[in-house]
Amino acid sequence: MKILVGIKRVVDYNVRIRVKPDGSGVDTDGVKMSINPFDEIALEEALRIKEAGKAEEVIVVSIGGDECQQQLRTGLAMGADRAIQIQTDQALQPLAAAKALLKIVQQEQPGLVLLGKQAIDDDNNQTGQMLAALWGRPQATFASQVVLEDGTATVTREVDAGLETIAVDLPAVVTSDLRLNEPRFVKLPEIMKAKRKPLDVQPLADLGIESGHQLSVTRHAPPAQRARGVMVESAAELVSELKNRGLL
Amino acid sequence: MSEREVMEYDVIVVGAGPAGLACAMHLKQLNEALNVCVIEKAAEVGAHILSGAVIEPQALDDLLPGWRDHPPPICVPAEKDEFWLLSKTGRKRLPNPPQMNNHGNFIMSLGALCAWLAPQAEALGVDIFPGYAAADIRYTDTGAVGGVIIGDMGVAKDGSRKATYVEGIEIHAPVTVLAEGCRGHLSKRLIQRFELDKDCDPQTYGIGIKELWRVETGKARPGLIQHSIGWPLDRQTYGGSFIYHLDKDRVALGFITALDYRDARLSPFEAFQQFKHHPSIRPLLEGGEILSSGARAVVEGGYQSLPKTEMPGALLIGDAAGTLNVPKIKGTHQAVRGGMLAAAHLAQSLSSEGFDRKLRRSPVVAELKKVRNIRPGFNKGLWAGLRTAVIETVTGGRLPRTLSNHADHRMLKKLDDYSPPDRDWVERELPPRDRLASVYFAATDHEEDQPVHLKVADTDICISQCTEEYGNPCTRFCPAGVYEMVEDQSGRNLQINAANCVHCKTCDIKDPYQIIDWVTPEGGSGPNYQNL
Repeated sequence: MKILVGIKRVVDYNVRIRVKPDGSGVDTDGVKMSINPFDEIALEEALRIKEAGKAEEVIVVSIGGDECQQQLRTGLAMGADRAIQIQTDQALQPLAAAKALLKIVQQEQPGLVLLGKQAIDDDNNQTGQMLAALWGRPQATFASQVVLEDGTATVTREVDAGLETIAVDLPAVVTSDLRLNEPRFVKLPEIMKAKRKPLDVQPLADLGIESGHQLSVTRHAPPAQRARGVMVESAAELVSELKNRGLL
Repeated sequence: MSEREVMEYDVIVVGAGPAGLACAMHLKQLNEALNVCVIEKAAEVGAHILSGAVIEPQALDDLLPGWRDHPPPICVPAEKDEFWLLSKTGRKRLPNPPQMNNHGNFIMSLGALCAWLAPQAEALGVDIFPGYAAADIRYTDTGAVGGVIIGDMGVAKDGSRKATYVEGIEIHAPVTVLAEGCRGHLSKRLIQRFELDKDCDPQTYGIGIKELWRVETGKARPGLIQHSIGWPLDRQTYGGSFIYHLDKDRVALGFITALDYRDARLSPFEAFQQFKHHPSIRPLLEGGEILSSGARAVVEGGYQSLPKTEMPGALLIGDAAGTLNVPKIKGTHQAVRGGMLAAAHLAQSLSSEGFDRKLRRSPVVAELKKVRNIRPGFNKGLWAGLRTAVIETVTGGRLPRTLSNHADHRMLKKLDDYSPPDRDWVERELPPRDRLASVYFAATDHEEDQPVHLKVADTDICISQCTEEYGNPCTRFCPAGVYEMVEDQSGRNLQINAANCVHCKTCDIKDPYQIIDWVTPEGGSGPNYQNL
């Protein structure tokens, strides 16, 4: 069985996000970029499944400009066997991303597609679901445990009410939540090996996908700054202060 | 202990700063067949680099002819120099010292410059490994340096192995080039082990704290370079400020306090924040926004503190050796030249032997010798220092004298022996509010569950002797608020907030008992500086 893992290059989770002064987007100048943490967890899960002898090959795929090869190489250094870059300079929205991934799914015929539940840049949480629908296969989202057996994936999902366990027939799309696993550290010699692993570049246009936008972004703005707090001396003063502001 | 996995190289460079990258790149330029790697503890190249920085471009011209056609992302030609003496309420323009004439130089971000150099080094065939800390030296059977040991990953705070544990590998090479920057932790061990400093003065340092701001449109004047001395420091404390005006409404500003200061009550962080509130500076920042901040020790000892730069199997270059030119406040051109000189030397023989002599006959050391007395001239105070600076500048450093340097940690006075000057500091309003807020803009990140990387040999000294004698100056000299004295049921204790550390090395330098040892945390930890 092959496992296909989608990884997205995003602003690192440690970076303080800053909106450009003209509101046209997020400032990425000199900013550290990394694999989306949920995708890294998805990749770790794929590698563990392979190491347990339940898959033969792990393929990482990313959509983006050539700079995303850096994240693909990291994925290869973690242990993926080969990488595919769907090359485009456009930032794709979830539906276009799902359509592009579907093309790779059709080429590669994986038994399992593992994606992060969402990317930490736009937090859409849509691509995995859309891919499953377009592909006509089951989906199991927000996974905190994945057990593969006899053509079935038993997936524990983190849902609002607690945990839910479902079984889905493979092939299927599984999206990872934070508690699925803790990704490994890359050993230094693996970085050298990763340089020699195959990385296939497929221009988005060659896949017959249009980057057309269903959503239009009007403006980016940082959250409003919190006003300075006021210290009150007593409960009575607090109540009168709240009343003054029409909050009581 | 298990046998560690081993990788072999011809040359290992520790540190992807200007010296290390220049050395690695020039090695490949001279001999493509050499296998060269660069180990970098930051998660990305440039993320632990902090400098002014006004840069003399000639060394870059030598390394990368044609770089001016595709310059690094922050590169503003120097337009005008101003030098000011500040008092609390006013300022006086001083004549510009010739060392600080920046015509033909460029204002850059050294972090951005290194991040820009890294892919070019990789294109030349250099293997760069960011996110891996060279934690220890590997010695050969003869006692020579034979490479480095990469730090283990996935070790818990109590030293046990977590599920993610990965043993660090050894990298072996005939020559290891230490380019760790100021007060490198491996360089420090090697200087001690091989007694490289036995014929020179102690090294001296400063602590530089820097912020990058976006100011209100029209306030930044791209290319303007402003330096100041005086307030908020007293006349006995050497230091000063820089303000470099960049493009896109950005201004880089910072403050350097020499670490030979005497007043145990002084906080260099507070001094910088005070400076920002000077009536001539504050209007520039008001209405603006802080983008990034950080701190790094600066090497100040110069010519008379330069240790021997070679030992069996290894070299010291750049600020790890200490080639920064203090009167110019510049080290990058020296680091690049020193790195290239090391490369030229190693390309001939892959042996460290003879490098020190070459370095001392090179323009790198000639430049240091010429200005050797200017910085120590300030040991007698601001006015004596300025007088010495004029004399040494006029005579071009040819007077037959060399003033000596003293170890910074010995200069601190005990509380009882020192009455601090009246600092008369102002109420602050500009961000950051305190050191914790400042650390936030350094985007520093350490996995909390890992061993504390600031090794304090004997915390009993902190609780008793140091509290009494110096009032725990670590709680003030650390720009990131790593050290705190806390009281709980068990009494008064030292708390080390290691996760805040920005890797500036000030504690390792200034601690009066020399019981703090800075070692590398897990690779990839530390600040994530943007354009500093």
